[in-house]
Amino acid sequence: MEALQQELKEKIIKILNLEDISVEDINDNDPLFGAGLGLDSIDALELIVMLDKDYGIKLVDPKEGKAIFESVATMAKYISEKRTK
Amino acid sequence: MRKCYINGVGCISAQGTFDTVFLEDSIVNDQDNVLTIQDPVYKNYIAPAAIRRMGKGVKAGIVASALAMQEAGVENVDAIITGTGMGCMEDSEKFLKAIIDNNESFLTPTSFIQSTHNTVAAQIALGIKCNGYNFTYVHSAVSFESSLLDAMMQIESGDAATILIGGIDETVEYTMSLFKLAGYIKNESDKPFKVLPATSKGVVYGEGATFFIVADRPQSSSYAQVLAIELLNSLEVHEVEIKLNHFLAANGFQISDIDAVVLGYNGDIEYDVYYQNIAENCLANTTQVYYKHLSGEYNTASAFGLWVAAKIIRTQEIPAIIKVNRVEKESYKTILLYNQYKGKDHSFTLISTCQNTE
Amino acid sequence: MNKGVAITGMGIISAIGNTVEENLISLLNNKVAISTIDNISTIHKDSIKVAEIKKTNQELVNELQLPEENNYSRTAMLGAIAAKQAMADAGITDINEYRTGIVSSTSVGGMDMTERYYYEYFKDESCLKYVSSHDGGATAQTIADELGLKGMVTTISTACSSAANAIMFGARLIKAKKLDRVIVGGTDALAKFTINGFKTLMILSDTDNTPFDNDRKGLNLGEAAAYLVLESDELVQKEHKRVLAYVSGYGNANDAFHQTASSENGEGAFLAMQKAMKVAGLEPAQIDYINAHGTATPNNDLSEGRAMLRIFGKHVPDFSSTKPFTGHTLAAAAAIEAVYSILALQNNIVFPNLNFKTPMSEFDLVPQAVLKHKPIQHVLSNSFGFGGNCSTLIFSKSE
Repeated sequence: MEALQQELKEKIIKILNLEDISVEDINDNDPLFGAGLGLDSIDALELIVMLDKDYGIKLVDPKEGKAIFESVATMAKYISEKRTK
Repeated sequence: MRKCYINGVGCISAQGTFDTVFLEDSIVNDQDNVLTIQDPVYKNYIAPAAIRRMGKGVKAGIVASALAMQEAGVENVDAIITGTGMGCMEDSEKFLKAIIDNNESFLTPTSFIQSTHNTVAAQIALGIKCNGYNFTYVHSAVSFESSLLDAMMQIESGDAATILIGGIDETVEYTMSLFKLAGYIKNESDKPFKVLPATSKGVVYGEGATFFIVADRPQSSSYAQVLAIELLNSLEVHEVEIKLNHFLAANGFQISDIDAVVLGYNGDIEYDVYYQNIAENCLANTTQVYYKHLSGEYNTASAFGLWVAAKIIRTQEIPAIIKVNRVEKESYKTILLYNQYKGKDHSFTLISTCQNTE
Repeated sequence: MNKGVAITGMGIISAIGNTVEENLISLLNNKVAISTIDNISTIHKDSIKVAEIKKTNQELVNELQLPEENNYSRTAMLGAIAAKQAMADAGITDINEYRTGIVSSTSVGGMDMTERYYYEYFKDESCLKYVSSHDGGATAQTIADELGLKGMVTTISTACSSAANAIMFGARLIKAKKLDRVIVGGTDALAKFTINGFKTLMILSDTDNTPFDNDRKGLNLGEAAAYLVLESDELVQKEHKRVLAYVSGYGNANDAFHQTASSENGEGAFLAMQKAMKVAGLEPAQIDYINAHGTATPNNDLSEGRAMLRIFGKHVPDFSSTKPFTGHTLAAAAAIEAVYSILALQNNIVFPNLNFKTPMSEFDLVPQAVLKHKPIQHVLSNSFGFGGNCSTLIFSKSE
């Protein structure tokens, strides 16, 4: 799980182009959206594609993303349960 | 009818126009057929959270608009009107290439949402929280002139007091390679690339972001007054002089009133005759200026031309690097601009020193 | 009340009809045109529905009698067809007789050709003619060439509000006496670019779109072109022109909230409607029908609904979105809805908001779900686009 969380942090920074943020700046339980990392609905869509492309998880309704993308920890938990690749 | 003044300018171009007085640092690059902008330090102007999604043109547009607003001493405006011939090419291309290369799979939205032509105007509005009128014109060589015309109409009618206008275009790899293939850009074999005199077909391409604050009142930062502008879609070479005389007469001027003319020569041997014909005839005794050898040709290069004209009025000097002929004037009070691209989308613009009469 | 600028001609081609008359018949008979896509090869063929004009590019070439070596994009051909209809409707024979201009609009211009020949360009020289048809201005240039117009030509691109802004700028050019007459409108063809773009935003519906319904799933993309001819009062009098209706009000504002999402309270939409009513000199109670933007995306309909409530309070007039008929035709949307607004004025009808079942939970706004006959004096039409671009037009009856 630790490794997956690390991997996700690196991906989030790269995919969302968060130039001024490093892996150390993101805590596993920090909120990603709103007050936390400040991500928005477009970032959520980027992350949905990442789930599909890298882990073989397809979300049909963008609203499902809300709970999954709450933090790196919630993402890692969801991915480890549902991944197909 | 209210009058329209240029109260602040900001220019990001292939030259160091970002923090100079005028063109003192400019040099002619005759070795490259695509001239790219000299980037300012974008992070000094744009928050990291916002900058991460922005393409080159959006970033340059935001900085150029910030410079113009700073110089005019305004923090917000009544309207934002931009012109861009090709739009946000970087993001359009990124998205289009992904569609084709990935066979429509695993696409992400960021480059798509940033690809619309009005992204620069929208991002400026978002940045300064401007709920006012927000337009983007996308018509080739009159994209910027359309925004100037729109702004003038709003100032004159009293619908708006302070308006931000600008022209933005960016070069990107795929489109430039396509333009080379189609012969719009000069061949490598035509090096060194000359604008005057034109010796080959095509142009040296460029990019830039040039913004202006236009307002209904002059102030100490004012450069000039915009007297008139006219857009004409299609003209034959011999019709230009006739239309020019009409334009001047309609605004109470004649050729002898013009202290300098800023011409859009771009070094394309096929079409520079449009400029040459009036330069050698009705404007032969007028001071002539050119600028696309510095900026490169692009759909909104004429905004760089207006920047040059405004700077001439402000400084009352014409740098040698932009002089076409040796005609000199004691003072430069009234300047005419004429531009076209490939015989289409002609524009006449007339500016003068500020006349403070209400 | 301010009379506004006279509309003397209109033309349209959309998925529900190739002429104004055909569009009216479809609107009166609930004849929708949402289908699977035929003219573009896309992997999303079976998962999305669109409003497509069922004519191939070759059929459009034939209709316009273009030479084989033409370089018209689909967007330009649709535009030329609609603009020619508008010219004929206005009875214009010599286009350069008066100071005449074109203010067109498009979102993706000739993208349909660029995406088709993206790599072909480098292999097949004969494709290169399409390089110049890509940019936004190329479609208006094509229309100007088709009509033989030499005067002022420009193009606006503000995403899905584009044509509203073209109509607005055209009306202002007439009012400011810069032009005597102007052809205004917009055109957009379906393209892989926009299909995939909206797909990434996850706002494409796989069924018929259901504006203002609680269970709405998103939009159907469409393609269309429509143009109006606007003329000065002097010219209308001099030439004894028939006036179809007037552009009496217009307003543009920016939501300044997010690049794509509309704000919670619909600030931009509210300001645009407020400005338009001020220009028209009308009170909210005088609006008889709202042709809403109503794209059927969760975000738009909520934001637009809230803005309508802010303007009209408890007395929101009859409103409907006609997008269940035509799909969302992006830059052209406001132009085709301008034609529909004029038809509503001429025929005293409110077009139905099809597919509506369940009111939205956030407010008790219910669109007019079936065709309704009633006297109509003023129609308000909304169009909103990416970049927070919000536009409102008001059309008023010709006396």
